[in-house]
Amino acid sequence: MSDKQMRITLTAWRQDGPDAPGRFETYDVPGVSPDMSFLEMLDVVNERLQREGKEPIAFDHDCREGICGSCGMMINGQAHGPERGTATCQLHMRKFRDGDHVTIEPWRAAAFPVIRDLIVDRTALDRIIESGGYISAPTGGAPDANLIPIPKPVADAAMDAAACIGCGACVAACPNGAAQLFTAAKVQHLNLLPQGQAERWDRTINMVETMEEYFGSCTLHRECEAACPKSISIDFIALMNRDYAKAQLAQRRLVGQTFP
Amino acid sequence: MSIRGDLVAPVPPGPLEDKWDNHRFSIKLVNPANKRRFEIIVVGTGLAGASAAATLGELGYNVKVITFHDSPRRAHSIAAQGGINAAKNYKNDGDSVYRLFYDTIKGGDYRAREANVYRLAQISVDIIDQCVAQGVPFAREYGGLLDNRSFGGAQVSRTFYARGQTGQQLLLGAYQALMRQVHLGTVTLIPRTEMLDLVVKDGRAAGVVCRDLNTGEIYSLSGHAVVLATGGYGNVFFLSTNAKNSNVTAAWRAAKKGAYFANPCYTQIHPTCIPASDDFQSKLTLMSESLRNDGRIWVPKQIDDPRSPDQIPEDERDYYLERRYPAFGNLVPRDVASRAAKREVDAGRGVGPLKNGVYLDFSDAIRRLGRNVIEERYGNLFEMYERITGEDPYVVPMRIYPAVHYTMGGLWVDYNLMSNLPGLFVLGEANFSDHGANRLGASALMQGLADGYFVIPYTIGDYLAPMLGERPVPVDDPVFREAEQAVSDLTRRLLSINGKRTVDDIHRELGKVLWDNCGMARSEQSLQKALAEIPAIREEFWKNVRVLGGDETRNQALEKAGRVADFLEFGELMCIDALHRNESCGGHFREEYQTEDGEALRDDENFAYVAAWEFTGTGEQPKLHREALEFEYVKPSTRSYK
Repeated sequence: MSDKQMRITLTAWRQDGPDAPGRFETYDVPGVSPDMSFLEMLDVVNERLQREGKEPIAFDHDCREGICGSCGMMINGQAHGPERGTATCQLHMRKFRDGDHVTIEPWRAAAFPVIRDLIVDRTALDRIIESGGYISAPTGGAPDANLIPIPKPVADAAMDAAACIGCGACVAACPNGAAQLFTAAKVQHLNLLPQGQAERWDRTINMVETMEEYFGSCTLHRECEAACPKSISIDFIALMNRDYAKAQLAQRRLVGQTFP
Repeated sequence: MSIRGDLVAPVPPGPLEDKWDNHRFSIKLVNPANKRRFEIIVVGTGLAGASAAATLGELGYNVKVITFHDSPRRAHSIAAQGGINAAKNYKNDGDSVYRLFYDTIKGGDYRAREANVYRLAQISVDIIDQCVAQGVPFAREYGGLLDNRSFGGAQVSRTFYARGQTGQQLLLGAYQALMRQVHLGTVTLIPRTEMLDLVVKDGRAAGVVCRDLNTGEIYSLSGHAVVLATGGYGNVFFLSTNAKNSNVTAAWRAAKKGAYFANPCYTQIHPTCIPASDDFQSKLTLMSESLRNDGRIWVPKQIDDPRSPDQIPEDERDYYLERRYPAFGNLVPRDVASRAAKREVDAGRGVGPLKNGVYLDFSDAIRRLGRNVIEERYGNLFEMYERITGEDPYVVPMRIYPAVHYTMGGLWVDYNLMSNLPGLFVLGEANFSDHGANRLGASALMQGLADGYFVIPYTIGDYLAPMLGERPVPVDDPVFREAEQAVSDLTRRLLSINGKRTVDDIHRELGKVLWDNCGMARSEQSLQKALAEIPAIREEFWKNVRVLGGDETRNQALEKAGRVADFLEFGELMCIDALHRNESCGGHFREEYQTEDGEALRDDENFAYVAAWEFTGTGEQPKLHREALEFEYVKPSTRSYK
């Protein structure tokens, strides 16, 4: 808690629609409390803009607890801003100093076209999940949950991967606009678990190939890991690449008999 | 009991434990080859909506599912932290389906329908099996079996969890199942689209009017049945733990088309949230109730104690929950814990810079179990707390205070989860059905998934089967055209006011009136005050709100304005319901009705019923319908957690 108030200068990307030309606009923002979240600071700016008869800055947000993955923007060139392992909504103004100049832009990636201002279209991530990011287990008929013991380290590793919130920061941070971290997190969440083995090889091939339709290629910059609000490890990319190679090399029809 | 209800929800005959089986056998089926001839519209993609859409798609129905999010994975179910209950009795500690049923009825303060709650408890075990099969990474013991923890309102460990992200993992499971159906072509996913009206023809739900949030296009979807899974209305208070976009619009617009709204005054105030810090606060953040397993709640005994917590010796602390409720201690149900915190803060023993919280202290648990165990159990919650407050809870006790969290009220439904409007089904938090006047922790996820995976897939067939061969009402039918026109007119009206106040500004004002007068405690006087003030705020809104921009591009202020317009009508109904219910029960605490030691005083003689309100016009007194609640198995008694 602090009573000290800050004054910052905010430069924001404004774009009225998908096909409209964009521009930067700069606002003076006095009265910023260090206890404000970054989005609350934007709320204050937007309230003032509307009172002045200007349209507010559009940005995606919802839970404001760092879990829904809706929010996200480049803050001074960093996806989700300066705090490690933190989504934009959980970033607080105490991470900035009085007099700072803060620039915000939408996610930068060819696969995420701008809808308006800071809102982008991340449908491509859903397409990757749709291509195989699931275990085919129709409702009903599942065996008792304790029938398959899963060693704790395996369950923990799967959970580490499953923590992905699908925000797209990994793509935005990547110089190539690649979605390897997002894809690997889902592939490995499911591939690590015993329930995920039946579809393991098809899943890996389908998801990787769908990813490549929309996104750039990974050249191991590791920017994704640094930007990830859930600090998901790039080890999962290595595991996915291993599974992809195995799936490619093996004659898949026989794999069911020889793997895992 | 003397209550005569005019509203009847036929409950299947037979002993409690056979009702659901009997019902499933007696209801009509749609043959697999005919399912594709039925169009079903699902609104919302949280746990209830996504699980329903996925399962209905698997069965072969033609499903269209809409969400205002950019992806189904973002619904607010994702933020549930603590866990999901199931009567698996894996811990061998005396749990059973009957005990989960009993705990839920009692926890709900005897204001829920027995047959529905029993079914929920029965289904709970299938949910865990289903989720594990989907790959939900629940916490495990070292031997590889599933781990459980305990939760408020129960004396057994029946809560399954995935770190502090259980809702996220369950929602991703449902989302993945849904995306599989999208891939297979049984479900059409329509994201960034908001439902703005329900269309009713000849007394039956015929479809919805929606608005594409990116382009502003207003159009209709028609179907044989409409399934609403649109969540709760906690954001009527402006400050709540709900996601910023959660709203009552879909449910309220259905209510304006004739669906009854049941028990709107039952709102749950969650005891463990981070206290508000200032006027710019945009929402409140919940800290999972599971923290009460290991954290001890206390306040200084001295009023306005200026010392920091580590300077206050043990004998000058009041562990008031352990003192007042020795049997349940820190694990009393939410409503009891919330009111107890309010009592301490109101008495001047609050802590923190604004004196608006109580301590939740882990130092004993850290000493007993070690920091690494606490980190394992609650690591991400501690991190979140530190991020928001700048204080390290491993060192300084957390400060918590109650906040609006969940709404037990919702659209009225029968045993089949169908509203009084045939063809309109309501699932999850959007319906009123299973939690009575107070929901137990870890039961929302259970109910959402029970409704979506295991109830609606059976019960919708009973409604659809006789319609075989009928086409849905075409979207060029005058009922659709008129509804679309009304939605366009409303949009244009909002954009044309061009007053002086922003939507949020007016929403905040409404929220404060409701929190002060219809919040944790209500009285006849406070409710009369709110009922006098709300129409004035509503009038101010329609005269003086400023919504800029147009209706052909993304316009978030316009979206918000429509939702707040609905809250301004709905808030009034909430107060009317709270005022008419002259008793205290669960989340509804009327100051006039309490025992000598400040506990809720129920009046079963006069109020053991569901209050289902029929809309009669904005600002008009709604019409009350009563569904009498009969308790054949659990005899209502005064809840005691001592």
